[in-house]
Formats: sequence, structure tokens, C-alpha cells
Amino acid sequence: MKNPNILKQLIKERTLVLDGAMGTMIQKYKFSEEDYRGNRFSDYNILLKGNNDLLSLTQPDSILNIHREYLEAGADIIMTNTFSSTAIAMADYNMESLVYELNYESAKLAKKAISEFDSNQKPRFIAGSIGPTNKTASMSPDVNNPGFREVKFDDLVASYFEQVTALFDGGVDILFVETVFDTLNAKAALYAIEDFNIKNSVDIPIMLSGTLTDASGRTLSGQTLEAFMTSVSHINLLSIGLNCSFGAKGLFPHIKKMSMISKIPISAHPNAGLPNEFGEYDQNPEQMQILIKDYLDNNLVNIVGGCCGTTPEHIKYIADITSCYNQKKQV
Amino acid sequence: MNNKKYLTLSGLELLRVTADTNFVNIGERTNVTGSRKFLRLIEEDNYEEAVEIAREQVTGGAQIIDINMDEGMIDGVAAMTKFINLIAAEPDISRVPVMIDSSKWEIIEAGLKLIQGKGVVNSISLKEGEVIFKQQATRIKRYGAAVVVMAFDEIGQADTYERRIEICKRSYEILVNEVNFSPEDIIFDPNIFPVATGMDEHKNNALDFFRATKWIRENLPYANVSGGVSNVSFSFRGNNIVREAMHSAFLFHAIENGMNLGIVNPSMLIPYSSIDNKLLQLIEDVLLNRRDDATENLLEYAEEVKGTNKIKEINEDKWRKESLQNRIDHSLVKGIDKFILEDIEEARLKSKKPIDVIENNLMHGMNVVGDLFGSGKMFLPQVVKSARVMKKAVAYLEPFIEKEKDSQKSSKAKILMATVKGDVHDIGKNIVSVVLACNNYEIIDLGVMVPPEKIISEAINNDVDIIGLSGLITPSLDEMIFLAQELKRNNIDIPLMIGGATTSKAHTAVKIHPEIDSGLVHVKDASSAVVVANKIIGNKSDLYFNEINSEYKEIRNGFLERKQQKEYITLNDARINKFKIDWKNEKISKPNFLGVKIIDNLDLNILKDYIDWSPFFRTWDLHGRYPNILEDEIVGKQAMELFADAQIMLEKIISEKWLTAKGSFGIFPANSIEDDIEIYNSDLRKNSTFKFFTLRQQSKKGGSVANIALADFIAPKETNIDDYIGTFCVSTGFGCDEKAKLFQDMNDDYNSIMIKALADRLAEAFAEYLHREIRTKYWGYSKNEQLDNESLIREKYTGIRPAPGYPACPDHLEKKTIWELMNVEEKLGVKLTENLAMWPAASVSGYYFSNKNSKYFGLGKIKEDQLIDYSKRKNISLDDARKWLKPNLL
Repeated sequence: MKNPNILKQLIKERTLVLDGAMGTMIQKYKFSEEDYRGNRFSDYNILLKGNNDLLSLTQPDSILNIHREYLEAGADIIMTNTFSSTAIAMADYNMESLVYELNYESAKLAKKAISEFDSNQKPRFIAGSIGPTNKTASMSPDVNNPGFREVKFDDLVASYFEQVTALFDGGVDILFVETVFDTLNAKAALYAIEDFNIKNSVDIPIMLSGTLTDASGRTLSGQTLEAFMTSVSHINLLSIGLNCSFGAKGLFPHIKKMSMISKIPISAHPNAGLPNEFGEYDQNPEQMQILIKDYLDNNLVNIVGGCCGTTPEHIKYIADITSCYNQKKQV
Repeated sequence: MNNKKYLTLSGLELLRVTADTNFVNIGERTNVTGSRKFLRLIEEDNYEEAVEIAREQVTGGAQIIDINMDEGMIDGVAAMTKFINLIAAEPDISRVPVMIDSSKWEIIEAGLKLIQGKGVVNSISLKEGEVIFKQQATRIKRYGAAVVVMAFDEIGQADTYERRIEICKRSYEILVNEVNFSPEDIIFDPNIFPVATGMDEHKNNALDFFRATKWIRENLPYANVSGGVSNVSFSFRGNNIVREAMHSAFLFHAIENGMNLGIVNPSMLIPYSSIDNKLLQLIEDVLLNRRDDATENLLEYAEEVKGTNKIKEINEDKWRKESLQNRIDHSLVKGIDKFILEDIEEARLKSKKPIDVIENNLMHGMNVVGDLFGSGKMFLPQVVKSARVMKKAVAYLEPFIEKEKDSQKSSKAKILMATVKGDVHDIGKNIVSVVLACNNYEIIDLGVMVPPEKIISEAINNDVDIIGLSGLITPSLDEMIFLAQELKRNNIDIPLMIGGATTSKAHTAVKIHPEIDSGLVHVKDASSAVVVANKIIGNKSDLYFNEINSEYKEIRNGFLERKQQKEYITLNDARINKFKIDWKNEKISKPNFLGVKIIDNLDLNILKDYIDWSPFFRTWDLHGRYPNILEDEIVGKQAMELFADAQIMLEKIISEKWLTAKGSFGIFPANSIEDDIEIYNSDLRKNSTFKFFTLRQQSKKGGSVANIALADFIAPKETNIDDYIGTFCVSTGFGCDEKAKLFQDMNDDYNSIMIKALADRLAEAFAEYLHREIRTKYWGYSKNEQLDNESLIREKYTGIRPAPGYPACPDHLEKKTIWELMNVEEKLGVKLTENLAMWPAASVSGYYFSNKNSKYFGLGKIKEDQLIDYSKRKNISLDDARKWLKPNLL
């Protein structure tokens, strides 16, 4: 792990660029079931196609190349291929026992990629991606039993602690709790991280990014932006922000609001527009650049990148426009 | 995030306790140690009802809910978990932060693991020493909650000023300096103890609390102070008059000294300003320890009030032992129907004829009601409840009267009541009918949409003494004029009473009065209906009508004079002075949705929060703004009762699905062409089938004031700017008439009127809700709007939703276009009557304009040139145009 002070200093100096979508890039490879399995899991008794995090083990070169492309495009921070690498999410594939390895190897791949680009002039960072899992701690999946919970706080904490341990061992510089749709899940992740920090006497910088359900500006679990921000105000975060659900245009007003309330740096990584009728994102890099320029003109963000549908080309355009701005949101 | 370091909490929504926050009320009913009912529900595993208690708390104004499951027989962790998980599924409850209240750490920690928001732990203290205190505070901090700290240490609970500040200071320093707890997240509870206990050492209990509170707020930066207020009046249990006053007085001083949160039962409070002066002085003497004999004096006074209380209590049982007539009077005045039938039976056996019971016993009681109502000592909802008892009694007697074949001619005066042709609104008419019936009038109610010929024939056949006409929509005004003309033409000399929301004394005087020879009076509200009817029936009616006639003539003359004073300009000039928008620089949001969408069977629960209650009270002749009206000196008590009844019915409407909410809206590409708005069939803007025709103000304006037409808010076609318009129709009236009739059949006018009034409110709430959905979602031009219901009621949002028939667009005919455009009748079942009232009555329709410059305005009067122009544009005859725009013609 790099000295956190480098990052903390840098974020005061300029707006940093985050990478773009991992899933979109993986799709371009059109991997088959066999590709997902590789040799190691050729006899596995569950279909594995769609387990993108597993590709860090079975198609490491492709993941490495995706990281390289984003770094080439100008990303300061790249995210590990570990969005679903928790015991809770991996239960779908019976791969709970692989959690440590998945996170550790993914972090190593990212580390290898940045070693080719890292420099004193432009230091690069690895953010360990920590997704929300596929279960929610403050809502019931059963409408007839509203008091039921599929997952409990303590399970989430244990599961996240395992992920965090492996990501740290693999060498990440940041832990990025992202795509938060249920604040209680996020609070469990943050609790696990703090636990890890205390037990190991470290202070890994934490980024946090929520996602909204619709234009009303609430999370899936029903909180307003302000309520969401207040619920995590006990944690010393490197940044807070929003990602996914909207394109840059739709996300703008919410980021603006956050930026107005927040005293800490703001991150945004929107989708490449909204999906078309085939579920594809067709906003091109030029279009997205114009929208991101709006963020920069309004001085809203300290970290900016892309979510679903974005590609290295998008990030290049975002990095290009970002480099034209010396100013950054005051923090 | 806490720029100024204020206690900031969250449920689904934010609660920030700033310097401007007067006082944050913590709901205490979801506490097994404080509420016997809640304890019973938890013990019986009846969580469904337990959740309702939480809901009542939040609806009742609690900004935080305190949850406590500390009871020996309850598994605290399991109960806390189950309850918090259940309320998390109720957005109207979980919008407020949770206070996890327990003396057991395991229950607190279980609670902290369940809440996504930032809650509060209640409580920790130095009772078991610093080590445990620090451990617990550290854990609470890690879970991200605020904390209540009791003024309690290893020695015991702080009971003096010095001990309070000593313990709070020590706790604060440990928390802030050693645990790194944010000072704004600390809430001290410096112990509220009973006063007037008779013991000298308790004399300063309140005063010390006030002083300690002040000290904490001045010396422990950013810390907050809270307390359980009801404790202070513990010595006066059973004497609610003293208790309520004492809570209010205590709270007043505590807040003044800096207490900013607290647990108070709102039903055990009276406004500070309305505490009896003498009582207030005695209480403050005690609270502030101002005199040595303060306690004795208050106890003495308390004995007195308690005494009267006791007499009252005994009286409450005793009235059953009074004379028969007194009992009947009591039932009628209080609206109690429990004993009325046995009393009536007793009266019947004592009477010669069953009819005598009505004419003597019941009428005596109703006269008492009438007198109390007339002198302002009873209010409309109570009178309607009295009527319910009366009707029940009469219904019981009717078979006996039939049997006796009493061909008894009623001595009562008869009043025919009707809502005029083409109009379906009858709440006001029904209320007036009930009030009149209570005052010894026989009511012949012809219902709604009654054609004039039927009104006249029924009036003659029944030999009525008065005809009462009601209506809500503007075309009803013409129906009333027409009926007046018909009475005159047929030489019928029956006095006419005019009432309803669009009617006015001015309209009656100017437009109806010249058309009629018989008596004519405009009736302002239900209360004045009785006075008016009495005067019409009374033996000095000629004198009364002379007065009215000269008053109306005067109004008419004044009106004609005024009319000549106001200047009007030509339509052409008005168009030149249109409302100008700089379209080139105008940002028009392209709607996220184009076309028509049906909303079938919307969950009424959603609408509850959007209700604007003030008009509901107006319906019942209780005037004032909600929620202040509930505390109004004069009508507050009655408003509170009515509101409680309304809540009960509203819950039933929702849970038993009495009403069905249906609606639809459309958003269409549109551009204005002069005063018309052209609707395009698609965003290609090539073909147009529908057009809205708007009307322009023509009164001469001064300075830069424009002559507005609604079309001005839509981009003109020649600008080539793509603009849009929306339309909507919502109804919550399906099922209402059936239910109202059911109540009526049970002689329950009160609930029959209640359901209609609530259906109306829900329809308006639906319109409000849908408008928000349009702004934030479907059209999406105000995506980040964050307005509470009060702001919605005050129309603080961008854009307007004017309705045809209302001041900005008085032409009801435009409704037909909305109906065709969205195929409303077929898709929703909402129909238009011949006079274009909507059926069911609880329906709302209108347009959406999104432009930020758009605003509500009144058209005012228009000139003949616009009338001609309008009829041509609309392709209707000049006579038709004149008929529909009559109220707006010069």
C-alpha cells in the first residue's frame, strides 16, 4: 500500500480520474462458459459464465489488459475486479472458499498493471472494489414477511472483513465501498474496514459511493441523499459520491447537491448515458466528455470516472478534459 | 458535514437539531415501560398493532421514536429486532430516526445493527464506572449513533445542581477527549424529578434542572439536553388539569434554558398561554421555588380542581339517574346514542301518541342543541352527531307512528333541498339539511343533479315553505338564475335560499335577485342557514325580506358603479401586452415520458401524506389553518375530535378499500398559436388533432403588468422551440356514493358526510401527488425537488396545474377536450355531466404547465370582442359561448 498521504495531498491539488467499467470491457471479449471455467474449473458442477470476478483467476491476462487500457487512457485510480468477491455474493457459485484468493489475485493483477505506469509525476493507485453484495440488510425480499432479513449485519461484517483482508494483502491503496443501495450494508462494510484498520494499526483510505434508484434522489433502501450522508458521517472518508443508475446528465443535480452539503471530497462515476432498448449504453466518449465538462465547470468533483457502458475511450476523453482544469473542488 | 456542529440524525430523512429548532419531540409510546398498551401488544405478539402505535406517533408529530423493550417477561433482543425490522418496512414511520432505549447493552447493540440511519442510544452513564462507560461509548461511536448520557455516576443519580454539572462535565470530557466522541452527538439527560412532594430537599428539583440545563448549554460546547417531562408532575397523578399545566410551564422554562429535545406526551399538554393565570402563578412558584408556601398553595388549589373533577366524574355516571327529559337532552347534546333507544321507549310508553315523543321529548333536546349552536357553544360536527342520535330515535318510533295510523299533519315547516341540474356536489347541502333538521324543519332532500322542473313540481306537491338550492361549479349559478326565472314565470311564491361554494351574496344580489319576486336569500354557511330559515318562517318575514331586498339593491347598484369604473382594453391590445417569455434563453425540459398513462388502483396509503387538511375543517364550518386549528382556543377541541374521527375513517377507507383511486395523465408536444395551444400527435410535430383554447385578461393593466392567457406559458410555434403540455384526471370517488348511502340508510349523516369530505381530500391529495410525480419523474423538469407537504400546499413548486372552470381558465367546455385527449370516460370511468361537473364528485382534472414563469391568475371580465373571437376559434355558436362564459362577461 502506498503512503496514504500521497493520495491525500494529490486530491487537494487536482481532480483525479477513476477508471471505467470492468463488466463492459469483459463483455467485449465474448467469453464462453469454457473461457470462464479455464482449466482449473473445467469440471465444476455449477455454470460459471457471468462470474466476472472469477476471470481474475481463469483469464488473468484479459483483466490485466483491461487495467492497462484504462491506465493508458489516463486513469489515476483503477478498481480491482472484485465487485462481487465476498462470501455472501460468491455463495451463488458455491465459491465462498475462494474469496481470499479472488481478492488477493485481483489486487495483484491491478498492482502489476500500475507498476508499468506508475511514476512520481503521475502516481497511480489501486482501489479495492467492494460491492453491496446481492442481499440487503434493511429490507425484506418477502413482501408477506416485512420483518424478515436475508442477511444480518454481523454476517456482512464477517464477509467484508475477509474481503478487506485479502485486498490489503494483495496491495490495494484504497478501499472503495461502491454502488451502495442499502446504507446498512455499507455501514457493515465500513465497520469491517474500521475493524481491520484497528486490528492491524493501519489507516487505509476509504472511498464511498452510493447509487440512487430514481430521479427522486433516494437510495433503494429509501434514504434521501442527506440522510445517507448523515448515516455514514461517523467514518473518516477520503471521498463520498455517487455512481451508476444515471448517465452524467441525470447524476448531475444529485452530485451538485452532495457537493454543496459535503465537506469532504466528492466522487462521481456515472454510466455512459441511459441504456437503449437493447440494454446497451450508447453515449459516445465525446458526448460524455461534454457532460463531464459541466461537472468541472461547476467545480463539483474531486474524483471522476465511469460506470456501466464506459470504456477506455470514454476515460481518455474524461482525462483529457479534466487535465484542462487546474482548479478542483475546495476541500 | 456538520458545518456548525449540530446534532444531525437520520431515518430515511434527515433531522438536524439546529439553533433554530425550537424543540425536538421524541415519541414515547413504543416503550413497554411507559405504555401499558404497547407492553400488552408485544406480550401478545401483536406486532401489527404495535407498529400502528409507532405510526400514530410519527403522524402525531414525533420527530424521533423511542423504542424500549426492557421487560422481564420479554426477550428484549428478539423483540427489539423484530420491531425495528418491521418499522423499517414502513416508510412513513422509518423516515424519522430511531432512539434505541434500553438499560441492557446487548439490546442496545442488537438495535444498532439494524438501523441504516443515524440513531440515538438511550442511554449510558458513569453508573458502573469509567471503563464500561468508555467501552460502550466507543462501540456506539463505531456504529455511528448519537448518545443520551444520564447524569448518573458511581455514587448515584445527580439530584442537585452541583452534582448534575459535575457528572455532565466529567462525562463530556471523557467522551470528547478520550473517546473522541463528537460533542454534537452527545445528549445529556440531567434528570427531571417530581416537584411539590412536600419534602424540602425536592423544592429545587425543577429549578436545578433548569440551571443545570443552562450551564450545560453554555459550558459544554455543542452538547444537547433532553428529558422526560411527565416525571415532574408525579405528585399530581390523577389530576390532569394540574399535570397538563405543569408540563407546559415546565417545558416553557426548560426550553428557555436550552433543553432542545424531550419526551412529552402531546395529549398531556395545554398551550402555555392558555393556562389559567392563577394556576400558572402557583405552578411557577413551585417550579422556580419562589415562595416557601408554594407547595402548600398549589396542593390546596389542586384539591379544589380535583374536587370539581370528582364531581364531574360522578356526574358522568349520574346523568343516567336524572329525569327522562334530561337524559334525552343529554344524549342529544353529547351525541351519545348508547342509551337513546331505551329512553325513547320509556318516553313512548308514557306518551299518549308516539308522535308526541318526537314533538315533545326529542324536539326539546334538539332545541337545546339549536340554542347552543346558535350561541356558538356547539360546533357543526357536534350538531351532526346530535342529528345522528335524533334520526336513530325517529327511526325507532316510525313503525309505532305508522301503526297508530296517525294522520297527524306535521306542524313543522318544510324545506326542499337540491343540488341543481348538472352538478354532483352535495356535502354542503347535506350538512345544511342536517342542521336544519336539527332545528325542527322537515327536510325533503331531492339529491343531486335535480332538473328545475322536478324542483318546482316537488315543491308544489309537498307544499314546502322554502326551497334551498346548492351548487359548486360555475354553471350551477346559471341553473339557479334559471330556476328563479321559472318560479316567477309560474307565479310560485316560495322563498329561495341559495348556497354552495361558487355562490356569493354579490352574485345572488346582482344576477338572481332581479329575476325573482318571491323572497331570496344567500346563505353563507350552515350555521347561518338556521337563522335565515327561522326569519323566513317567522311572523316578521315581510320585514326581513324588505331588509334583504334593499340590501341586495344596494349591492347591485354599487356593483354596477364599480363595473363602470374598471377599464378594459381590446383583445388586440391585450394580445400585444401578453406575458412575455424570453424563449431563446428559456430552458425547456424534454419530458421523460410522452403520451398517456393510466394509474389504476393507486395505494391510498401513498395519498395520506399529501392531504391538505385545512379545507376539510372548512367543510365542517371550523375555520383555521391545520395544524394550528387543533390548538385553537375556540374550535380546537372540536377540531381535534373531528380530526380523530377522520383519522379513524381514513384508516378504514385505506385498510378496507372503501374507495378506489384511479387516474391518468398525458404529456404531449405542444406549441402556442396566439391564444390557442396546439397539441401534436407526436414529437415530429406534423399532425395535430386537438387544440386548447385559452382566454386572455382584458382589464387595463398599469406599468409592466401583462394581460395573461395560459397560452403565454407555452412556446409559440414560430419560435421553433419544442414545448410540451400535460393534462390529468384523478378520482378517488369510486365507492364513495355507495358507502355514503349505506351510512345514510343507517341514519348516520355524520359519517355519510365524513366519507364524502375525505374522498374530496384524497382526490386533491392524488392531484398533488401526481403533480409531484410529473415534476420529478415523468416530465422530470424538477428532478431534485425536495418539498414537504406544507410547501406543496403552498405551491412552492415550479409549474402550475390549472383546472378548467377555475379562475385562470373558466371555460368548463375545455374539459371535454381533456376527456377526448386521454379517453377519460372509457379508461377511468370518470364522466362529465351535462353541465360538465365530474362524476364521481371526488375527482380533479386539469392541465400541467411546466414553465418556471407560469403562475396562477384570474381571468377577470372579458369584452364582447374576445367572446366573438373565442366562439369562432372554438367553432361554437355565440350563444353557447355566452352561456359558458357568462360569469366572466362584462
